[in-house]
Amino acid sequence: MAEQTKVKFLVFRGTEEDNTLKEYTIDFVEGMVVLDAMLEIQAKYASDLGIRCNCKAAKCGSCTAEVNGMPRLMCKTRLSSLPVDKPIVIRPLKAFPLIKDLVSDISWNYEVNRKITPFTPKEDCDWRIYQDDVDRVQEFRKCIECFLCQSTCHVLRTHDKKDSYFGPRFLVRLAGLIMHPLDSIDRTEHVKEQAGIEYCNITGCCSEVCPEKIKITDNAIIPLKERTVSRYYDPLISIFRYFFRKKK
Amino acid sequence: MSKYKTHEYDVLIIGSGGAGLRAAIAAKEKGAKTAIVCKCLLGKAHTVMAEGGIAAAMGSLDPDNWQTHFQNTMFGGKYVNDWRMTEIHSKESPDRVRELEQWGAVFDRTKDGKMLQRSFGGHTYRRLVHVGDRTGHEMIRALQDKVVSMGIDIYMEFMISHLLLDDGRIAGAFGFFKDTGKFVVFNSKSVILATGGMGKIWRITTNSWDNTADGISLAYFAGAELKDMEFVQFHPTGMVWPLGVKGLLVTEAVRGDGGLLTNNKGERFMEKYDPKLMELSTRDLVARAINQEVREGRGTEHGGVYLNISHKPSAYVKKKLPSMYDQFLEFADLDITKQPMEVGPTCHYMMGGVSVDPQTQMSTTDGLFAIGEIAAGLHGANRLGGNSLSDLIVFGRRAGSAAADYAKGMKSLPIIDQKEIDEHKDWLFSFFETKSDCPPSLVHTKLQDIMERDVGLIRDDEGLKKVLSDLDSLSQQYKNTYLEGNLQYNFGWHIAISLKFMLITAKIVSRASLERKESRGALYRKDFPKAEEEWGGKSVVIKNKDGNMSVSTVPIQPMPSNLEDYIKKEKEEWLNKQK
Ligand SMILES: Cc1cc2nc3c(=O)[nH]c(=O)nc-3n(C[C@H](O)[C@H](O)[C@H](O)COP(=O)(O)OP(=O)(O)OC[C@H]3O[C@@H](n4cnc5c(N)ncnc54)[C@H](O)[C@@H]3O)c2cc1C
Ligand code: SF4
Ligand code: SF4
Ligand code: FES
Repeated sequence: MAEQTKVKFLVFRGTEEDNTLKEYTIDFVEGMVVLDAMLEIQAKYASDLGIRCNCKAAKCGSCTAEVNGMPRLMCKTRLSSLPVDKPIVIRPLKAFPLIKDLVSDISWNYEVNRKITPFTPKEDCDWRIYQDDVDRVQEFRKCIECFLCQSTCHVLRTHDKKDSYFGPRFLVRLAGLIMHPLDSIDRTEHVKEQAGIEYCNITGCCSEVCPEKIKITDNAIIPLKERTVSRYYDPLISIFRYFFRKKK
Repeated sequence: MSKYKTHEYDVLIIGSGGAGLRAAIAAKEKGAKTAIVCKCLLGKAHTVMAEGGIAAAMGSLDPDNWQTHFQNTMFGGKYVNDWRMTEIHSKESPDRVRELEQWGAVFDRTKDGKMLQRSFGGHTYRRLVHVGDRTGHEMIRALQDKVVSMGIDIYMEFMISHLLLDDGRIAGAFGFFKDTGKFVVFNSKSVILATGGMGKIWRITTNSWDNTADGISLAYFAGAELKDMEFVQFHPTGMVWPLGVKGLLVTEAVRGDGGLLTNNKGERFMEKYDPKLMELSTRDLVARAINQEVREGRGTEHGGVYLNISHKPSAYVKKKLPSMYDQFLEFADLDITKQPMEVGPTCHYMMGGVSVDPQTQMSTTDGLFAIGEIAAGLHGANRLGGNSLSDLIVFGRRAGSAAADYAKGMKSLPIIDQKEIDEHKDWLFSFFETKSDCPPSLVHTKLQDIMERDVGLIRDDEGLKKVLSDLDSLSQQYKNTYLEGNLQYNFGWHIAISLKFMLITAKIVSRASLERKESRGALYRKDFPKAEEEWGGKSVVIKNKDGNMSVSTVPIQPMPSNLEDYIKKEKEEWLNKQK
């Protein structure tokens, strides 16, 4: 790694109809992240590159792309973590329609978000909230809406079930609302009927890509499934319970 | 009929940071037809980066009150704040924070279930309501959910490139969708600028890529008066290493929660500069102290100083500063629970901006309002940490409501001048027609070089004059910038447009710095190193007069005696020290 001075990239350029993987070579600088490399390519060789970036600090969730096939935040992916002896392939997120280059149309996520009833506090509460009661909720609220989990989940990515499944990001949001000690709404039916929680078969791939390290499956989805199963029947969660909970 | 798609509104809000979102809620509550446009995606505005907290005298832990908050803010601002705004801010912040909680924000708690508050530089009491070190993000989510549930129209990834006027009064705004390049006219009775700051004029900055001074320049060309533009805050603690993240913020909460600053000799050097407040002194002082330590050879390997929190229990650091812990581990392979960080000053915040009415936030252009970082007044010559987030919600609400009232008072929509739009559109296309070898990013880099060199922490007459002449030649070069590709999601085109905004704003900052012949708060003039009493009574204002930049000073209104009483003693002590 120490001698590496040049790094090669194959960057997806173009639209759905007309595209290529274009090769660019840049100088390696210590500590560089993929986003630095893309911005350098933009500055020097491809002024019209389509790319999203705002915070450059892994806080806004804009700069998503697939780096060697893995959905990542470009500003959080250091070149030193990649095999730079081979060209690094940068593509837009796969699960969403393409706009141009590395920019995909993620508007579907915003539509799903609109279907969730926001926090609705109980009447006449005194707003005393204890830390222990919101630790979990705060974990879910860390979500930066990068939608990497959405792009990873096979239900959306491979099976394109966008009409029937909200995806992990929005189960995380729902879990945050349901576990809020002062929320007054019964959301169980919503989680089953509209959010389509049954589509999740607990593969855990979403948690693996989450840059905020939210334990999406263990802490959000499984507890939600358990809630629905106490009211409705979900074969998967019954099996899951049988095998995993027993061991404890 | 216009040849462009036209949308009509009572209140058009440009920007979806904390300020813009809060204004939208207030305008909609008043029944105004309201829209938000923002060049980022919803939920990704610069505000999401805010870490440390929201300053509000809630008194969860300490006997805090608005008077002390007022006193601290005026002292921080070195008494050139708009005292009326500072008073409103101190009084109204707690209610605005409670509202966030009611809309779903989940802040850290005290043992007895109240909102936990932390210490921060310049605040007498523990005052910053927070969630770990991701407070701005929490604010944005709460406001975003509220805005979405109210059904407010949102045009995201839409860049406003021009404000429209009807006989000197605001008539709307013009711009395009980034994904398609489609032009749209917004015909609106009122417009609220909530476009945030201008950090991208500098290279070493904490600011997001969106902060390209758009709003300042839009307001300037719409004839609005700008104020206090010389006051730019350099945060004392940015990362200095690795290069790719140079400038990235290391939150003041590290010091608030017990972090210590030392030089390469292991000395807690703040003892020399501010023995009373030490690490928690005001940002200008700490930034210049670090600068001096480094200049005098007491810096670290990468040209900063050490900031150390590793004496605190590892679990405490991870709970209170989770993003800092991750940030250093990810970007610098450094475990802050075990090793010290290396930090140095980085461009952070503009105190100046559009000059506004303290009650309504209306600018000197009728129907044009400004809120949040782009509005001047509240912070004077230097902002205290945490005061921006409360600024956003206090004045966001006021402006939303005032703009709705203003719109109600207008019988019909203002008239849009088609010729003005056509001319502007020709300019937007012109970049694609030029033939040269100067891409926009090169102009941007040169601009940043100039600003880093002479419009940083320490300025003087000679350097500033050189900047002005350099900016003139760079502006010539800018006219020949060329672009590739088409209007569809073209990063280069977006920079090229923003460069117009940045170049003019760089000039405004330099002219204002040249005008104020003293040092105060964030402005340090090597050739006038002390604060002067006479300058304590006036503000530098800049305005576009028939295409020329006019620079002048206006007197600050005297404060009523009841407010004066809160600050008198401290102010006198400070003034005496200046002599
Ligand atoms: C790293 C960091 C940490 C901070 N921590 C704190 C803290 O702990 N406490 C505190 O009080 N303050 C903090 N601040 C300061 C505070 O975050 C900002 O001052 C504040 O968020 C600014 O908010 P805003 O609503 O004015 O604008 P922003 O959040 O900057 O939003 C600007 C909006 O305008 C849009 N926009 C800009 N130009 C255009 C255009 N031409 N067309 C369309 N849309 C446009 C952008 O897309 C964006 O939506 C911090 C700042 C940084 C950088
Ligand atoms: S665990 Fe569920 S939500 Fe996550 S990737 Fe697998 S199927 Fe999708
Ligand atoms: S849950 Fe994690 S991966 Fe999914 S959108 Fe949120 S931050 Fe991104
Ligand atoms: S640019 Fe904000 S997450 Fe990468």
